Amino acid sequence: MGMAVSALEAKRLEAVLKGDEEVEVVGTGTDAVAYALMLVDIDVTAAYPIRPYSGVMERVARLIADGYLKAEYIVAAHEHDQFEIVKHASAVGARTFVGSSGVGWLLAIEAIVPISMDRYPVVALIGNRALDDPGAYGVEHNDALMVRDVGWLLVWVDTAQEALDTTLIAYRVAEDPRVMLPVGISMDGAFLTHSEHVFKIPPKSKVQKFLPPYDLGNRRLHPSNVISVAPQVNEDWVMELRKQVDEAMKNARKVIEEAYRDFAKIFGRDYGNPFVEPYMVEDADVIMVGMGTVSKPIKEAVRRLRARGERVGFLRIRWFRPFPTEDVIRYLSGARVVAVVDRDYSFGSPFDGGVLYTEIRSALYEAEHRPLMINFIGGLGGREITYNDAINMFNIALDAARKGRVEQRVIWYGVRE
Amino acid sequence: MTVQVRLARTVKDLLQMAQTEYYNSGHRTCQGCESAMVLRWIAKAAGPNTIVIGATGCMYVANTTYYTTSWALPWIHTQLSSTGSAVVGTAAAIKALIEKGKLPNERINVIGICGDLGCADAGLSEVSNAMTHTKYNFLIIMYDNESSANTDIQETTMTPYGALTSFSPSGRQIRVMKYRWKKNMAAMIAVGHPEVKYVATAIATDPIDLYNKVKKALEIGGPTFIHTLDPCPKGWGFDPKYSHEIGKLAVETGIWPLFEIENGKFRLTSTSARIASGELKRKPVKEYIRRQSRFKHLTDEDIEYIQRKVDEMWEKWLIPGLIPLTKELPYPETTKSG
Repeated sequence: MGMAVSALEAKRLEAVLKGDEEVEVVGTGTDAVAYALMLVDIDVTAAYPIRPYSGVMERVARLIADGYLKAEYIVAAHEHDQFEIVKHASAVGARTFVGSSGVGWLLAIEAIVPISMDRYPVVALIGNRALDDPGAYGVEHNDALMVRDVGWLLVWVDTAQEALDTTLIAYRVAEDPRVMLPVGISMDGAFLTHSEHVFKIPPKSKVQKFLPPYDLGNRRLHPSNVISVAPQVNEDWVMELRKQVDEAMKNARKVIEEAYRDFAKIFGRDYGNPFVEPYMVEDADVIMVGMGTVSKPIKEAVRRLRARGERVGFLRIRWFRPFPTEDVIRYLSGARVVAVVDRDYSFGSPFDGGVLYTEIRSALYEAEHRPLMINFIGGLGGREITYNDAINMFNIALDAARKGRVEQRVIWYGVRE
Repeated sequence: MTVQVRLARTVKDLLQMAQTEYYNSGHRTCQGCESAMVLRWIAKAAGPNTIVIGATGCMYVANTTYYTTSWALPWIHTQLSSTGSAVVGTAAAIKALIEKGKLPNERINVIGICGDLGCADAGLSEVSNAMTHTKYNFLIIMYDNESSANTDIQETTMTPYGALTSFSPSGRQIRVMKYRWKKNMAAMIAVGHPEVKYVATAIATDPIDLYNKVKKALEIGGPTFIHTLDPCPKGWGFDPKYSHEIGKLAVETGIWPLFEIENGKFRLTSTSARIASGELKRKPVKEYIRRQSRFKHLTDEDIEYIQRKVDEMWEKWLIPGLIPLTKELPYPETTKSG
């Protein structure tokens, strides 16, 4: 709770703010995002407490209090207030940050939609959390997925380093004039928000090379620029404006590619394919797919099964919006079985599967070869998906691959009857 | 200390000081809309160095339809409940950008405009939170036409006792559906947020008073709040040509006391000050009520009840219009012990 910056940390923060070298620190996933916010020099942020995202706001408050970051820090009345505060700060030309979790994110939903529809490049952290009722602190992805249709770019990270780097990339992509859409960075509650990692903080001098200043151009609200933003347009113009968001979202694919390419050049960390992380997928008969920290047990299972001669792989979906349709087809259509792990649900959806399963299934419809598909719904409410669970899931999928058919499309993995 | 700003004393002053229109004609508000008049006077008082934020409500839908916006000031929409959020976000951004050298250092007025539904009901927690952010400068205007007038005249907490709305009709079983007494918004803001330097009530039918209050609120700095009562021909049921008379009657009957609280000092203003001093006698509320069809179902007894409540406010409240504790109640007494 509001831990003071230690002498050692102070020395390291001075180094990245003034020098040209990166420094290594130990911190949580939310700490990593806070350090990125210091580097991008946000102007305005709005806070409201809800676990598990709120660690980032505690760390930002500490960075401001100790003078490492200069920004207006507004404690809001609730999450809807938070998101409207940053929307309007962004409209005046301020670089903003906001975040929430679970029901907090949903309380804000009426304010979340105008941020994308008005094209403000707000960056938000979603510390993924199960929705009420009943109460649960743990991770589920349904909170972030609630906005999948309304013009927010959505990305899932699985390490603190990736959280920090993705935050830098998020501002670059969001503020690109070809995009001008908000980005929601999803981070698994507890598993990443609260676990400690070793990660590197790059120097601010390099961040300045990577990220140009935020420029709203002729949309900036100021007395010298007499414009009306979001007037009532009714049926006359709504469709055209929605189409502009569609174009911006499509543009984002190219802009994301450029951003990762420049990121690798400037910072020396190359993420390869920006949209997905393929792990031993070449020649794989069975490929598991997931988002977030479920990658850890699944990758371990892949390594062990490969050592036993099983041809298995894993594809981690990093960017969910824009959806990596081409990459999904490229990496998955060669497999015999694709098994999607959903840390979410979509009651009554096609085949009663999860959200990721349904979307991947839709993307693969255009593939020349359509693999068999299994959906594991698991890890809800923060329940752990272990290495053994991953092995069991692979065994079910390998069995289907051998038999050439799927006996049960959607499996609620580990659920008690 | 009184805020130093040039005020209008006479109509001639007002006409001379406020010639430029920043809220133009051609908008689509109803004939006789007093909320439109409020906006016009606010815009004149604020002048060009201003950003206006408009919450969902009549004054969003009717004033800022694409192609027919009446604002000659930069304007942005905010969600129904978000006026408090929007003014804080805007003012905070201006402060941050000035301090970082990304904007020239100049005073920019930030004015948030919300109706009674958006401010007193949906947006109350945001407005209250905003009023505590004293390092930012902004003015919130609540234009109160006593109903959700843009959505077919529905009841809000600001709808007066007894008034007909589409949510509070009068029927064979229940004559008075709107039994709740109107909230005392300006008082709630003033009493509940002691660091706020300026809170006032106003009405467009007294433009000198309204204009001066906006000027003072913007000059004094920090979060400020003005509550206007806006006669609404459509929602209240009177011929649009009588808007001005109805507004005057609201003040003259004492139903709508005009006051301001400046740096913690309460004073009744204009007609209300003359009523308090005995210079003017309050007119009976019946003169106001019988002019509006929203009250057509009220009996003489109902009107007497309203009259009693208004009398009570003027004669028994600790401060008329502000503190609804009667003088019969024991004052908090300081005990000698301890």
